[in-house]
Amino acid sequence: MLYREAGQFKTSYAADQQIFPILQDRIGIGLIAVLALGVLPLFATEYMTTTILIPFLVMSIAAIGLNILTGYAGQLSLGTGGFMATGAFAAYKLSTMFPDLNIVFVFLGSGVITAFVGVMFGIPSLRIKGFYLAVATLAAQFFLLWLFNKVPWFTNYSSSGVISAPPRAIFGDIMVTGSSAHYTAKYLFLLVFVGLLALAAKNLTRCHLGRAWMAIRDMDIAAEIIGIKPLQTKLSAFAISSFYCGIAGAAWGFIYTGSVEPLAFSIEISFKVLFMVIIGGLGSILGSFFGAAFMVLLPVILTNAPHLLGLNIPVDMISHLEYMIFGALIIFFLIVEPHGLARLWQIGKEKLRLWPFPY
Amino acid sequence: MIFKKLALAAVGATLAASALSAVPAQAQENGQFVPGLVYRTGPYAPGGIPWADGFADYVSLLNARDGGINGVPLVYEECDTAYNNDKGVECYEKLKGKGPTGGASVQPLSTGITYALMDRVRADKIPMITSGYGRADASDGSVFEWIFTAPVTYWAGADAIVQYIEAQEKDLKGKKIALVYHDSAFGKEPIKTLQALAEKNGFKLDLFPVPHPGLEQKATWLKIGRQLKPDWVIMWGWGVMNSTAIKEAAAVGFPMNKFVGVWWSGSEVDVRPAGMDAKGYLAAQFHGAGANYKVHEDIVKTLYEKGKGASDRDKVGDILYNRGLISAVIMAEGIRTAMNKYGNKPMTGEQIRWGLENLKLDDAALDKLGLKGLMAPLQLSCKDHEGGGKVVIQQWSGAAWTPVSDWITPRRDGFLTEMYKESAAQYAKEKNITPRTCN
Repeated sequence: MLYREAGQFKTSYAADQQIFPILQDRIGIGLIAVLALGVLPLFATEYMTTTILIPFLVMSIAAIGLNILTGYAGQLSLGTGGFMATGAFAAYKLSTMFPDLNIVFVFLGSGVITAFVGVMFGIPSLRIKGFYLAVATLAAQFFLLWLFNKVPWFTNYSSSGVISAPPRAIFGDIMVTGSSAHYTAKYLFLLVFVGLLALAAKNLTRCHLGRAWMAIRDMDIAAEIIGIKPLQTKLSAFAISSFYCGIAGAAWGFIYTGSVEPLAFSIEISFKVLFMVIIGGLGSILGSFFGAAFMVLLPVILTNAPHLLGLNIPVDMISHLEYMIFGALIIFFLIVEPHGLARLWQIGKEKLRLWPFPY
Repeated sequence: MIFKKLALAAVGATLAASALSAVPAQAQENGQFVPGLVYRTGPYAPGGIPWADGFADYVSLLNARDGGINGVPLVYEECDTAYNNDKGVECYEKLKGKGPTGGASVQPLSTGITYALMDRVRADKIPMITSGYGRADASDGSVFEWIFTAPVTYWAGADAIVQYIEAQEKDLKGKKIALVYHDSAFGKEPIKTLQALAEKNGFKLDLFPVPHPGLEQKATWLKIGRQLKPDWVIMWGWGVMNSTAIKEAAAVGFPMNKFVGVWWSGSEVDVRPAGMDAKGYLAAQFHGAGANYKVHEDIVKTLYEKGKGASDRDKVGDILYNRGLISAVIMAEGIRTAMNKYGNKPMTGEQIRWGLENLKLDDAALDKLGLKGLMAPLQLSCKDHEGGGKVVIQQWSGAAWTPVSDWITPRRDGFLTEMYKESAAQYAKEKNITPRTCN
């Protein structure tokens, strides 16, 4: 009843092509923006901001990145962790080499560097597909981490191999990285980044390039026959995906944890991002957010739930329960909707359109 | 259909729960809050559990026997980090603000988490005690105001191990020493010191990184045992890597009495899986082994005989249990020192830092605590956050750890202190920290 688009007519091409063609969606997204920009910073505690919101936003960027590659262009990748590490170390090198460089450019620069690295490792995708490509990208994961561990130049010759984010500010004196930065400043800075990157990703997938990616994903031979060049298309997917992963890695190191060793970007994080994309929904930007929320929020909720319910369970038991419930939920959601949470949301919207009349 | 409704309901419930999780936890009792960042799960749990039990038991002992510290009860809450940096940060953020004065001090028991929290403790003004792990140059209290490395750092440990080897070999010139290390921030810590010592003493150092988690070491040990044939092997390992290394070393016939592990490679859980192969294996420690000290007597009497102990009765006195215990002692005595100055009430992080910086555990004080012989005396200051701890080399007899050396004093003056200073100065420059003046 509430969610019905009857009576909303499009009178221009611009109106017809907008991202949210339905008024209710626009209102919804506006509300979310107000909530995220205005309400959450005022009410979120430090714990909530630093351990829930910030990792959620960081992982959203990574999930969007992998979704472009795997969900839109159909190239399975297990190198996300390696690309994130590249982003983190590139950001560290850039910000320590050029201390006066604005942090925004540091992040963008680390994204560009990672994009180059991503293209290098995307080259095998021109010849191999599917699981074989996954194994080839696995090489990126292991090689890049080995490189950052092995070559002391990347860590500015730190004896332990750990890099820590130098304090940097935007707009003169508002610190966004380092220990003196206020958590709300970090959150808002990251939120703006995520918003712009998500918008860019959404538009990319709606334009010429995104359609070429999807054509390659659905059937590469057919796509080639209708004039899509596999070389440019696949490598552009790798480049843009890695750009996002690189920024996610930089944000992880600079805004979330504040210090990074290569071990933090192990194969586990590659799998985690892949699960986010699968659970959230392949080929959906919104799904990337759902997936990141599912993978980041749920463990935190599960570890805190016994405490909130007033149960006195030993910590090791809580950790084990968390794994069990989390695993069961992943299986449950995949049985209910193999196409991910984004598809579930879409079905929900269709139902809402008819509600309360069943037919 | 029903399934989909259920799924929608589940999504709704998840969102509702996430809203709930923002609600602060229940009110705290009026005591000194002690956060416990432990790991009882994950790949390193076999080492994390005894440490956590030792720590928890000492806190319980203080509460049960003395009613806390100077009459102020300790409120202890654990959070499981699984040795994972992100989870460690989450636990820290969750626990740091609890209690009337916030967390007393954090002891993450992970070099990785230590690095992740380093900036945060400075901002939150909470002391971090990293007994026998973490960043060695944090011993320089003028730069690292909030971090305490007492009683020893990895650099001091590396130096003590080399001193022991030197004592056995008389002259190190031309000797070959191999370092087998966990390829992480933790394992890399001693490299700089060992390289400096290699240059000074004229021995040759070969590095063998072992990737996490350390189950695959065949190639490493074939190279050590068959090609390189070093005179000594030093190991910087943790968790399952240790017992794997001991087994592989035995398989290539490397003599155990030339194989020295750091303290994290020298507990019962490391040598027992290797069976009799491990007999003769050496490890550096900064505290004693066994349960023959008065503090253990008290713990057994007040806790275990009443069924309130955290561990099993026969695990009391294990190496890692004792380490957890002395970690708790350093924190508790820091708090006590602070209370003696500021009054008997819950202390803030800043007051506890003062307490730790003025902590003096001489023989008499250790005797009073029932710790005589378990650890070497300590005295911290504003400048020196390490406190002059000592190292002892112990040997596994197949059933127990027995000391084979006296307390070795690491060569701090003119060597390690200089290295701490230099490294800390570089950190200060990178982080825009102005070192404070200590007098």
